[in-house]
Amino acid sequence: MKRSYFAAPYGLWMAVFTIVPIFLIAYYAFTLGGGFSIENFRMFLEPAFVGILTFSLWLAFLCTVICLVIGYPAALLLAAKDMKRSSIVVVLFVIPMWMNFLLRTYAWMTLLEDTGLINRFLEWIGIGRQRLMYTEQAVLMGMVYNFLPFMIFPVYSVLSKRDERLLEAAQDLGANAFMTFLRVTFPLSVPGIVSGVTMVFMPAVTTFVIPRLLGGGTFMMFGDLIENQFLTMDDWHFGSALSLIMMVLILISVGILNRADPSGQAAEGGGLW
Amino acid sequence: MKKLISILLTLVTLAPALPAMAAEEVNVFNWEDYICEEALTLFEQETGIKVNYMRFTTNEDMLVQVRADPANYDVIFPSDYIIERLINENLLEELDFANIPGAAYTLDWLQSAAYDPGMKYSVPYMWGTVGILYNKTMVKEPVTSWTALWDEDYRGNVFMMDSIRDTMGITMKMLGYSMNTRDQAVLEEVKDKLIEQKRSGIVKAYQVDETKDKMIAGEAAMGLMWSGDAAYAMGFNENLVYVVPDEGSNVWVDAMCVPKGAKHKTNAEIFIDFMCRPDIALLNFEEIYYCTPNSGVIDLVDEETLANETLFPTREIIDRCEFYDDIAQELQAYNRIWLAVKSAR
Repeated sequence: MKRSYFAAPYGLWMAVFTIVPIFLIAYYAFTLGGGFSIENFRMFLEPAFVGILTFSLWLAFLCTVICLVIGYPAALLLAAKDMKRSSIVVVLFVIPMWMNFLLRTYAWMTLLEDTGLINRFLEWIGIGRQRLMYTEQAVLMGMVYNFLPFMIFPVYSVLSKRDERLLEAAQDLGANAFMTFLRVTFPLSVPGIVSGVTMVFMPAVTTFVIPRLLGGGTFMMFGDLIENQFLTMDDWHFGSALSLIMMVLILISVGILNRADPSGQAAEGGGLW
Repeated sequence: MKKLISILLTLVTLAPALPAMAAEEVNVFNWEDYICEEALTLFEQETGIKVNYMRFTTNEDMLVQVRADPANYDVIFPSDYIIERLINENLLEELDFANIPGAAYTLDWLQSAAYDPGMKYSVPYMWGTVGILYNKTMVKEPVTSWTALWDEDYRGNVFMMDSIRDTMGITMKMLGYSMNTRDQAVLEEVKDKLIEQKRSGIVKAYQVDETKDKMIAGEAAMGLMWSGDAAYAMGFNENLVYVVPDEGSNVWVDAMCVPKGAKHKTNAEIFIDFMCRPDIALLNFEEIYYCTPNSGVIDLVDEETLANETLFPTREIIDRCEFYDDIAQELQAYNRIWLAVKSAR
């Protein structure tokens, strides 16, 4: 009973800055010209807008897959028992995160641009300038770079808590390293994967700064579209409808993901749900 | 607890009333980084009027705030087409030019601009053009036409502007139309032209603020730019040249206005007049480095600066430029085309 008192400031915070804004978004999304309307949602069905959403989802999907492919082995390595210095390695992974992601993305710009460090090196060794920036690959790379830690840490945190005796038991029963991984380690890490995928996919769908900086505004993402409606078009109604569509999509994808983790252990992996 | 809350509430309700009891003041709402701080200090010293200085970053931003509560500001600095809109929405006070003798310094052609016929509601503050900034070591010949931005020799070497009006406007000019066209067929033509430019790989990026630094670094041969940014970039790289193409372009103005119901209208006019004083206008010109509308400044700068056509465009350049009309009604059609260009692959 006493405890809930301490939660009051946070409750107030949530009410004012989360719940009220969501109602405002819903209000704007379902009104047009003063009355109730679903016109904003009908407008979204135009091919141009659906195309932008599909492209954002596709890029976010690719980003998540790449993060999983790179991040899972990294987490496995970090969690390995014989990694005596793993704490140092973990710190090395964390250090870049002490810096704001915007600054890190700007740093990538100075590396990738035509007169940047990488291209100067390539020219020096005789390969010549390559077009590295303002491409889809550059955007994808920037996203993977920024979101990779969100994949590694949940998986690492689950794997590092696994019971070593299970691995020993598997070996005693004649399983080789591969079978041990497939039948013991991997199933145990599913909650970590689920929360990792969620934590990468969500910011990846909504990102708009990275494509703007590394893609040079040559790609239109869903986040850009929402920003465009609010700032350029001054159309808060359509912008809110787009935001609502985005929220629902994310809720659905999180719901599907949680199905893969029936025990609901994702929270242990540092997840949000 | 209750006592504390009531004390807090009293303080909160009293707070806005306090400055009103104090000396004279004026509420100024200007663009970020768009004034010489010294000019504000001098104004306060000489007139004894306290300046409450607030900043905005886009016209749209400012518009939302002013619409919500026009009386909250005494002096605002909107761009030409926004002034037209504010006049149409009856959100501006007519200025009493008896209080603003300095307005007479305004260049003649700006006194008869279309966004505010007869200069009744606004006094120009800064102006400029839209043109091409190019690196003379990276182009085969001096640029004189917008078509250079569509030249396939410059594939991956052109920065366009992430700004609907400017990028679409110069395309209209290139095709021989007005920048203010509302004709759907022309808009379609513009769309095809811009998509063609993007698909053929000429466009390196659509951006606004980053372009000047990239041009200084030699990242691209050409960039679509505002004259103010171009003048800045040219100060850092002597190979850069700014040109307003022969087909013509846009000329823009940021001007000082007083919103409807401003609480300190006379002080606002005193402030506007102060900004028109040649020595103060010179301070702002040297700080911001955009074109000045003040004829008094021309007598104060040296020959070399005057010869800089980016900062002091010739009559002939101005004659081939036009102002943007307010296209609030057609914005939807423009944006539709812009989205199609931006999402084309």
